[in-house]
Order: sequence, then C-alpha cells, then structure tokens
Amino acid sequence: MELLILFLPLIAAIISGFFSKLIGDRTCEIITSLFVSISAVLSIIIFYNVIFNDYLSDTIIASWINSGTLIVNWSIKIDALSAVMLVVVTLISSLVHIYSIGYMSHDPDKPRFMAYLSLFTFAMLSLVTADNFLQLFFGWEGVGLCSYFLIGFWYKKETANAAAIKAFLVNRVGDFGFALGIFLIFYFFGTVNYTEVFNQIPQLIDKKIIFLGISCNAVDLICLLLFIGAMGKSAQIFLHTWLPDAMEGPTPVSALIHAATMVTAGVFLVVRCSPIFEYSILALNFITVVGMSTAFFAATIALVQTDIKKIIAYSTCSQLGYMFFATGVGAYNVAMFHLFTHAFFKALLFLGSGSVIHAFNNEQNINKMGSVWKKLPYTWLMMIIGTLALTGFPLLSGFFSKDAIIEFSYLRGNTTGIIAAYVGIFTAFLTAIYSWRLIFKTFHGQYNNDEIKIEKIHESSFLMLIPLSILSVGSVFAGYVFKDLFIDQLNTFNFWKDSIKFLNPLSPGHPPLIIIYITPILVTLSIPFSYYLFVKNKKILTSIVDANKSIYNFLLNKWYFDEFYEIIFIKPSKKIGKFFWKSIDLNTIDRFGPDSISKIIKILSLKATKFQSGFIYQYAFIMLLGFSAILTFLIIN
Amino acid sequence: MDFPILSSIILLPSIGSLFLFFIKGSEGKSLQTIKYVALFVTITNFFISIYLWYLFDETSSNFQFIEDKEWLDGFINYKVGIDGISILFIILTTFITPLCVLSVNNSIKSRLKDFLIAILLMESLMIGVFCSLDLIIFYLFFEGGLIPMFLIIGIWGGERRVYSAFKFFLYTLFGSVLMLVAIIVIYLTYGTTDITKLYEIGINANFQNLLWLAFFSSFAVKTPMWPVHTWLPDAHVEAPTAGSVLLAAILLKMAGYGFIRFSIGLFPIASEFFTPLIYFLSLVAIIYTSFVALMQEDMKKLIAYSSVAHMGYVTLGIFTNTQQGLEGSIVQMISHGLVSAALFLSVGVLYDRTHSRLIKTYGGLVSVMPKYSILLMIFTLSALGLPGTSGFVGEFLILMGAFRDNFLVATIACFGVILGAAYMLWLYKRVIFGKLNNKDLLKIDDLNKSEILVLSIIALPTLFYGFYPEPLLNTVEVSVNNLIDTYNYNLVSFGANNG
Repeated sequence: MELLILFLPLIAAIISGFFSKLIGDRTCEIITSLFVSISAVLSIIIFYNVIFNDYLSDTIIASWINSGTLIVNWSIKIDALSAVMLVVVTLISSLVHIYSIGYMSHDPDKPRFMAYLSLFTFAMLSLVTADNFLQLFFGWEGVGLCSYFLIGFWYKKETANAAAIKAFLVNRVGDFGFALGIFLIFYFFGTVNYTEVFNQIPQLIDKKIIFLGISCNAVDLICLLLFIGAMGKSAQIFLHTWLPDAMEGPTPVSALIHAATMVTAGVFLVVRCSPIFEYSILALNFITVVGMSTAFFAATIALVQTDIKKIIAYSTCSQLGYMFFATGVGAYNVAMFHLFTHAFFKALLFLGSGSVIHAFNNEQNINKMGSVWKKLPYTWLMMIIGTLALTGFPLLSGFFSKDAIIEFSYLRGNTTGIIAAYVGIFTAFLTAIYSWRLIFKTFHGQYNNDEIKIEKIHESSFLMLIPLSILSVGSVFAGYVFKDLFIDQLNTFNFWKDSIKFLNPLSPGHPPLIIIYITPILVTLSIPFSYYLFVKNKKILTSIVDANKSIYNFLLNKWYFDEFYEIIFIKPSKKIGKFFWKSIDLNTIDRFGPDSISKIIKILSLKATKFQSGFIYQYAFIMLLGFSAILTFLIIN
Repeated sequence: MDFPILSSIILLPSIGSLFLFFIKGSEGKSLQTIKYVALFVTITNFFISIYLWYLFDETSSNFQFIEDKEWLDGFINYKVGIDGISILFIILTTFITPLCVLSVNNSIKSRLKDFLIAILLMESLMIGVFCSLDLIIFYLFFEGGLIPMFLIIGIWGGERRVYSAFKFFLYTLFGSVLMLVAIIVIYLTYGTTDITKLYEIGINANFQNLLWLAFFSSFAVKTPMWPVHTWLPDAHVEAPTAGSVLLAAILLKMAGYGFIRFSIGLFPIASEFFTPLIYFLSLVAIIYTSFVALMQEDMKKLIAYSSVAHMGYVTLGIFTNTQQGLEGSIVQMISHGLVSAALFLSVGVLYDRTHSRLIKTYGGLVSVMPKYSILLMIFTLSALGLPGTSGFVGEFLILMGAFRDNFLVATIACFGVILGAAYMLWLYKRVIFGKLNNKDLLKIDDLNKSEILVLSIIALPTLFYGFYPEPLLNTVEVSVNNLIDTYNYNLVSFGANNG
C-alpha cells in the first residue's frame, strides 16, 4: 500500500508527461487526478491505522548509495509524523489536481502542467517518507525542481523565468546549509539513517568542534545548519525573497506548493529532527527568534501589498513563522497541528483567489476589483471561511492551532518564549487586518475595474468549486476534530509516540486568562475595524498613509530585501565573473603564459632567420668565429 | 595465456582505422560505407568491453587480464591489465566513441574519412592509457592521444583553430616533458617501469616530492587545473563537436585517472604533503571558474569552464584519502564524461542548425524544439548535481569525503554547488525559455531521429546511475579500498621511520 501511495503519482506523471499525444489531454487530466486521489484515499487509510491500530512500518525499497561506511536506502517510513504529512500532501494535491482541470482549461500545455503536479506530489511524498537524511534531501531538491518548473510554467513571461531561477537559487543557498548539516551528521555518526543518528545523539551533547575557526558545540552546529536549509525551503526571513515572486506560477501551484505542502517541508524537517533539536537550546532559541521575526515582518508587508496572491504569499510566510516559533519553544506537535490546519485554509484562500483572478481575466490587483460579492457569491463565501479560519476566529480551525502556539510559547517560560507569545498576539491582529483588507477590497466597496464590465464577471466552473467546498469543510472542522489527537496533553503522546521527542514534557497548566482571550477578541474586533477602515471611511486610511509615507514605502518595497541582495550579491557576482575572466584569464594568464611564450619563440625564430642571409662571406665569418672560439677553449684547457 | 582481450580492445579501433584507410572514394556510397565501418568497429568494441566488465572479478584488488610482453630487448615491457578503476574508464571510452561517430553526420563536411580515422586512433590510445601497467607504455599512450586531438582541432576546427591547436599543444607538451624526465629517473633508479613492481618496491620518500611534482605538472595541465586551464575553453570553442566530446568526456579523465593511479598510488607520502596545494587549486577551480562560467557569452565556453569546475571537484575528492571522496571522484568523472559529452553534443545540435554558439542568438527554443528542451533539461540538471542524476552522487560523495578531511575546504567547495546551479539554469533559461525573438529560429527543426537516439542513450545512464549507482560503486570499491589501505600504510611506516 505504501508503495502505491508513493508511486501512483510518479506513474501518473510519466504517463501524462510522455504519452499525452497518444491518449489526449482529457485522459491525462483524469489519470493524474485519479491516481493522486487513490493515493489520497490510501493515505487516509494509513492515517486511520496509525491512529487506531498503532501502525508503524519502515519498508526498504532498494539500496541507493553504498560507499564505504555510508549506506543509504530508498525507503518508506510510516509513523505518526509521516502519516499526517501523507494525508496533507495527497489530499490537498488531489483537490488541486481536480481544480486545475477547470483552472487550466484554456491552456495548451495542460498535460505538462498535470505531469509536473503529479511529479511534485511524488517528490514531496518521498521527502516525508524518507528514513534517512539523504532521501529527505532527494525529495527536498525534487520538490524544489518541480517548484522551479511550475513557477516558470508560462515560460514566455520573462518575470516567471526570473522568479523560477530565483526560487531555485535561494533554495540552493538554504540547501548549502542543509548539505553541510548532513555532512556533519555523517562525520559524527557515520550514518545518515534517522533512527541510528537519533539514538547516538545523547553521546554527543558536550562535544565541541572547531568549525571555520570557531569553537562550538557539535549538536548546536548540526541544528543550526539543518535549520538554514529549513529557512530556505520555508521562506523564513533573509531567505524568503523567492516566495512572493513564486506567485508568477499558476494559482493552483501556489495553493499546493507555495502554501500547503512544499514550504512546510522546513517545519517538517525540524519536527522530524526533534530528537536532535531538543538537545540544542541555542538552536531552539534561534528558531524562535527567526520564526517570530518572520511572522511579524511578513505580516507588516502583507498590510500594504496590492497583488491578491502576494498578500496571501506573505501571509503564508508569516504563518510558517508561527509554526517555526512553535517548534522553537519545543511544541513540535502544535507546530504540526498548525501545519495541518493551515494547509486547508491557505489552500482554500489560494484556490479562492484563483477563482477571483479567473473571473477578472487574470487581474491580480485588488485595487482593480471590488463590489463583486454578489457576482461571485460562492467564491466569496469560501474566501470568508478561509479568512475566518486563517485569522483564528473562534471555533474555526485556525483558532485552535494558532492560539495553542501562543499559549505554549507563553508556557515555555523562557524569555524568548514569552516575547514570541506577545509577538504572536500582535501578529495575529495584523493578520486579521490584512486578511479582511483583502476581502473588503476584493468583494466589497466600489467596482474599480475599467477593462471588464461588472456584468461579465461570472462564477467559476463546477470543477473548481467542488475542491473549494471540501477545503472549506476542512478549514472549519479540522481544528475542532483533531485538536485532541494533535495537542491534547494526555492523548498526544499516544499518537505521536517516538516520531517526536520531548525532552521536557510540555508544561501542564494554563497561561493567564488574558493570554487566552486576547487573541480571539482582537481578531473578532478587527472585522468591523477593517470594514470601517477599508470600506466605510477610506479618508482615514489615506491620511494615515500620507502621514507615514516613509514607513509605507518601506513596507510597500518589502523592506528593500530584493534591492539589498541585488547590491550585495548579484551585481558583485557578475563583476567578479567578468574580472576573473577578462582580467585574470585573458589578460594575465594567457598574456604572460602561452601567448608570450609563442611571441618569444616567434621573435627568436625571426632573429634566427636573419642568419640565413644567403651570403657566403657571412657564413664564413660565423664559421671563423666558431672555429676560433673552439680553439680558444681547447687552448685554455 | 588466455585470449588477450585487453590488447584486442586497444587494437580493434586501430585495425578499423586501417580498413577505413583503404576504402576509396569520398562521396555517396563509399562515404556511407566509411561511416558504417567506423560505427561497427566502435560498437563492437563497446560490447567487448561490456563483456570484459562481466568477466571482471569485483572482489579482487589485483590487476586482472594482465598481458606482459617484452619489447625492445626487455628495455620496455608491454604490460597491460585492469582493476576496478580502469574498467569504468574503458567502458566510458568505448561508450562515448560510437556516439561521436554517430554525431559526425551533420557537423563534419570535409575529409570525413580522415576524421573518423583520427577518432578511431584516439580511441585506441585512450583505452591504452587506462590499461597500461608500465610507465613508458602509459607515457606513449598518454602523449600519443595529443596528436589526433591536435589534428582534429587544427584541421576541422573553427576560425581560430590554429591558435587553439598550438595553445593546446604547447600547454600539454610542457607538462609532459617533465613527466618523461621523471619516468626516466624512475627507470634509472629502480631499473623498471613496471607499475606493479614499483608499487611493491615503494618509491623512496626522499624522491617522491620531486617526482610527484613532475607528474603533477602533466596531469594538472590535462585536468585542467587553475591556472593552466586556459587552453581548454579555446580548444573546445574551436574543436568540432565530436572533438569537444572526446576532449571533455575522456581526455580530461586521463589526468584524473593519472592522479589516482600514479600520484596517489606511487607517491603517497608526497601526495599527503601536497594535499593542501591540490585543495587550494581545486577550490580556486571550483569557485573561480564558476564565476567565469557565469559571464560567458559563448555556450561552448560556458560548458568548458564548467568542466574545469567539475574537474575541480574530482581533484578535491581524489586527495581526500577517504573512500567516499575517491569513489565520488570516480563517479563524478564518469558522470561528467556522460554529461559534458551530452552538453557539447547539444550545443552541436544548435550549431549545426544556426551556425552560432552565442547565447544571445537563442531564446524561446522550447516552442520550436520541445524534445530538445526536455533532453537538455536532463543534462542541465545532472550538471548542477540534482539528486536523482549521476552528477549528484559524485558531487555529494566528494563533498562528504572532503568534509571528513577538512571542514573549511568542504564548506568553500559547497559554494560551488550554488554557483553551478546559477550558471547552468541561467544558460538554460536564456537559450530555451523566454520569447522567441530571433525570426531565424522559427524555421529550425526539432531533433532528428539520430540526434534523439544519441542524446537519449546518454540520458539513460545519467538517470539510472543517479538512482542506482551501485554497479559503479561496487566495481571500484575493492580497488579503492586497497588504494587507501596502501596509502595509509605508507604514511604510517614513513611516520614511524621519521620519529
């Protein structure tokens, strides 16, 4: 069964990628969607077995690399953690497949698109079911590759191509850290297999190593390096710049890869490695700080963006920040819970926005929308549900997971934890504001589009709306139904078992009431507040913006990260390349090396030719000179 | 004495070239015959070498299929034999050569017969390099390979072919003269040039450094290592496609092979002593040439520079003295042999159609050449070391091995992985994606059947060994193990003798 889950998407990808001419576009769509859906059903069965029958397994498919002491196998490891990921990945993926049939119906390259989606699903599944770091890395790069393909899917668009390369390269920077982390693990443990590594961790706690001239704790270093990889994949601050640009890809891609699954791989990595991270206070604190900074900074940017997808992208970035600081305070299960609920409502929001974009004929600027909620009632309803769930409106799924993160951060008791809790609360407020801003600007107020008449706006096809409904059910109920399983202090250990390690049991008890109640209250109040700000009385907003022009520009330009990187990385790289090539290779090595040697030889031979003048008296003179020289030599001796 | 299978593999292409020599006429039918004969010979040779792999005993660390004949009254012995390392290179050679023959259809317009004769002679010589168990024989094959290559560039090359050919010759000759001197010194000191005997005797530690440097000067040029790499881009740019393929896929590997067989094998103490030098030059090669590759405007030059960077990994891995590093280097060489061959063939495909190697000529090719785009993507990904391609296995093992030996070196080398992705993806983007602005490109055809055949034949092992490199790793394992054991044994006993 595990084999089927993993390989059905791959088979679908191969069929759709190579045989589309033979079997037709429609068949490709059906095969890919069907195969991934079967995979989803099987995953749910496995999930069920894991919950109720304590199912565990580690299947070795084949050996991969076998060099000296390094032994790596292709494997499928099923435990609670991978089972959760299996369900998230296959479920969202199958819905996105079905949605794409409608969304991409006018695109000539449908089979290629479906093939990429299925291939991505395969790569993501091989990532989550790995039983060793190298297969994880395989899946890690594999999803990165598919993301590259899908961002650049519309290859004629220059911006799409640039975004695709940017995504790949920024991720490579993260992978640089990740790879070093794997090397370090192999260096210390002589293996890259999870279980073997995790068992040996306690022996390494106090080990110091000198790395690049700095003496540091081995476990700290391993964790930090692995986390750099996670930062790249999960678009955390400094390595986040690719995610907003990745929105150049078709919207279903954004929903699947850049919201629900691939970007959460970093969180998954940290949770998977909890047996290592638990021993590194330094790394955990670092993660908390990075997580909360990302949560906050991405939310501030989302406040002023005008591209509907970019707003949701920054929102994703921010929510990933939440997940990270949850892991940073040791609440890995809570992070997984948020990952789980987030997958539903964020996919819902993206697919919903896709439906809006579709209706507006590929317009993405929310300033050019408005007032269409009656025209798109179903989409509107779905987006409202998604927004409520995202902001953490009471009793919807985001409420349970996000508030749990804030509570557990507070309960951790250390300074970073408490700061994180406050940042979390404030960010939740910002989240609510930008989310409602999106809703109000898109669906309410005035109609602002000159190109398309409002009468022409129409609801999307049935195929696109069904996945939305299923996701909306998840967004509403996933939190309530699964909270006991994921985060209840009594049940949770029975469920997660060894897949997550808690060195210090999560502290029981409750934070002060104000911490518990403040978020839902803020979130609820933000609805009328935003309505007033973005629909009723826009003058206030303009005056605020005018008064703080510099901050506004700072946010609008996304904290100037791209410009900064352009100056310190991209331009210098090109200059260095040119310098090495022109100044050193051509003008130094070649000029003084082979070229000058051949020049010298040429000059010498020119000189030599002068001796062959053809005049006998010159030859005779030379002979005489030689003869006397030899004579002199003999006489002296 | 069994059937001399190694000599057969070495000689078969030469005999084939002799046949070609006697085929008369240069048009129509006889041209066809010439091609078929060359193809038949090279393919047969490939199958024989596969059979050789089948016969080869992977569990033994001894040289196998040894043939030993006196030559010149015992002054030189013709001695050949193979171990797990050589066999892979032999197969690489016999695998790539028929593809070169297949690829000449479009690119070589004049004197096809002579060209194929040169290619077949090259094959003989290159196989000879990987089989030689005697220094003199090795030297003859090693330097002999220069001559056909020199001719291929000089006769069938582009506009600046004479400059490039001479640069190539000058560089490589300079290196090899010193190696010849070293070989003579070894002969005078030990009375033999038989490698297996020299392994047993062990070269005096006091001589090793100088001898090592002499060999190094030859191998460094051929690898090529920084700063003696500048002949390679020029040679590639001017060489015809098949020449570039042989140069990148096999000629460069002779140096890597030489490092393993001679530098590590014969001069372990000197190798240990010079490891920092190699590390330094390898890192420069990886980082420096990657930056240079980034800015290239000519596709062939870009790939040539990327070859230098890839070979930088190889030299790095060889001198890590770890199982992962050495095995990684060998896999990397095989992988680079396949991928660089494929990349040069791919550039050749475009050149045949438009007669331009400049990147800016292209853009948007995916809409007119979809099949080409897919195949080129596979090779691009393998060149940047994506898991699931053979490029990854080599690179990752090398870095892993390097990391065990030296954190700093491995960390710097890791930067190359980022740069590698940058220049390859950027190249791909500028050629394949984007809008199709150049109107001339609208008319060009996608790959024809023989091109698809050639490129797919290379793509298959690239992917297969990415997912399942065991056949390669198993073949070299015992030999590499043996090499490292001897190396360490030498170091320990040298250490013991010197306090």
